[in-house]
Amino acid sequence: MSEMKYHNNFLKEVEERVEEGHMVKMCMQCGVCSGSCPFGPHWAHPPQELFMMIRAGKREEVLSSDSMWMCTSCYQCIVRCPRKLPITHIMHGLAYLSKREGMVPKGQPTAQFGQMFWDNLTKTGRVNELKLSLSLYFKDGFGQGIKNAMAMQSVGLGLMKAGRLNPLEILGGHSIKDKSGFQAMLKKAREIEDTRRKLA
Amino acid sequence: MANKTYSFYPGCSSQGKASSSNYLTSTNSMCQKLGITLNEVPDWNCCGASIGYGGGGELPRVVLSARNLALSEQHNAGQDMVATCAACWLASREAKERLDHSPEMKADANVALKEAGLEYKGQAQARHMVEVLLEDIGMEALQSGVKKPLKGIKFAGYVGCQTNRPFGITGESFENPMYLDNMIEAMGAEAVSNYDQKVTCCGGALAFSEPEKSQKQIKDIIESAYDHGADMIVTPCPLCQANVEIYQGEVNKRYGTKFNIPVTYYSQLITVAYGGTAAEAALGGHLIAPAKLADIANK
Repeated sequence: MSEMKYHNNFLKEVEERVEEGHMVKMCMQCGVCSGSCPFGPHWAHPPQELFMMIRAGKREEVLSSDSMWMCTSCYQCIVRCPRKLPITHIMHGLAYLSKREGMVPKGQPTAQFGQMFWDNLTKTGRVNELKLSLSLYFKDGFGQGIKNAMAMQSVGLGLMKAGRLNPLEILGGHSIKDKSGFQAMLKKAREIEDTRRKLA
Repeated sequence: MANKTYSFYPGCSSQGKASSSNYLTSTNSMCQKLGITLNEVPDWNCCGASIGYGGGGELPRVVLSARNLALSEQHNAGQDMVATCAACWLASREAKERLDHSPEMKADANVALKEAGLEYKGQAQARHMVEVLLEDIGMEALQSGVKKPLKGIKFAGYVGCQTNRPFGITGESFENPMYLDNMIEAMGAEAVSNYDQKVTCCGGALAFSEPEKSQKQIKDIIESAYDHGADMIVTPCPLCQANVEIYQGEVNKRYGTKFNIPVTYYSQLITVAYGGTAAEAALGGHLIAPAKLADIANK
């Protein structure tokens, strides 16, 4: 991806490279999305602002912002938007483009967790909840991991007692049968998307 | 009662000893009592949930659901694919919508699916179990089978996000859907009226990555249930259930509250009201025991 090509046309880049990006230009700046977001106060630039920044060509500011990672996927903005912008998906798409361009702020927790979740599910075709929790606790090293695990000990033990967390999942756990076909399918899908969106 | 057959997509959290295994147990009991046969989609995979976007992008995420739908078409032909998990249903339905409306995306997805020897044709519908109960069985029929009314229990019907938005249940509003309250009343219990946190977000996957911000949401959801005199919360979503139940200790530490309110599934209410045992309703699968529900089940 050559940045020069889109130097003054970030909107065009978003339209071509971001999930549902072609809808950004429909925003009329009413701000209902920003006012409806459960994490609204935590966004440095709420969705309405991001849409205007895209049109103003502020590529660096948008893609290096951690705002998009505040989306909880509650879809409140989508159902309330008077222009029917698929805002949730555009936020996901912007966050993903930022990630692929290597512009996510260092240590952004939801970006890290999103990657962990994807790696976890693609390994066996199904989520291994024990390994997912452990990879989250231990993401900042062993010492911090032990501290995090100890802090959540009562939750973990409670879940085990209720039959909702299986310590044996550490040995492998649930899996689909056709792992090789499944992984080949995902590899192909990624290749196609990378070509279409010039993400390689 | 009606004999109905569906293709069933339980999802990762409803597997044995996973975080909503009690949802699966109670769903199976409920369906058995209602005459519903569930044929599990063979070799189904994770839907990617919502947070999958961070690592997966768009097309890889869509093909996850396309694979499940293709397997359902092939092995459970002519049956609607029903999910119990909000995220599974949302991902499947969203993927179906995109695949059926975009010939280019459908072609791309099928190139990828070919690697797994599959093809997406678009024949299976993606539906939620709540739709089956409301649309195929109906509230009146549901009520007519009640053997043990859940008298004396007051529930806050917490619908949450993804069972409600962006698709929701036909005929219900996004801001104040009534079906869960109606279902509570149909089972002979009392529904909190004016539960103002009915469709508030629990933080979803960000309960893991942004615990402080999410626990504020969870606190609001529980506080309002208490303020309206609820004995318990009931929800159709496995992540809502888990987040609102298991973080009560953390919320208490953070806010100095003394929350200790059970969070149940609609499938547990129906199972008990239909005369099921505590084990059939998986009432042992909680960190905070739904004692009043167990009392009725054990009667």
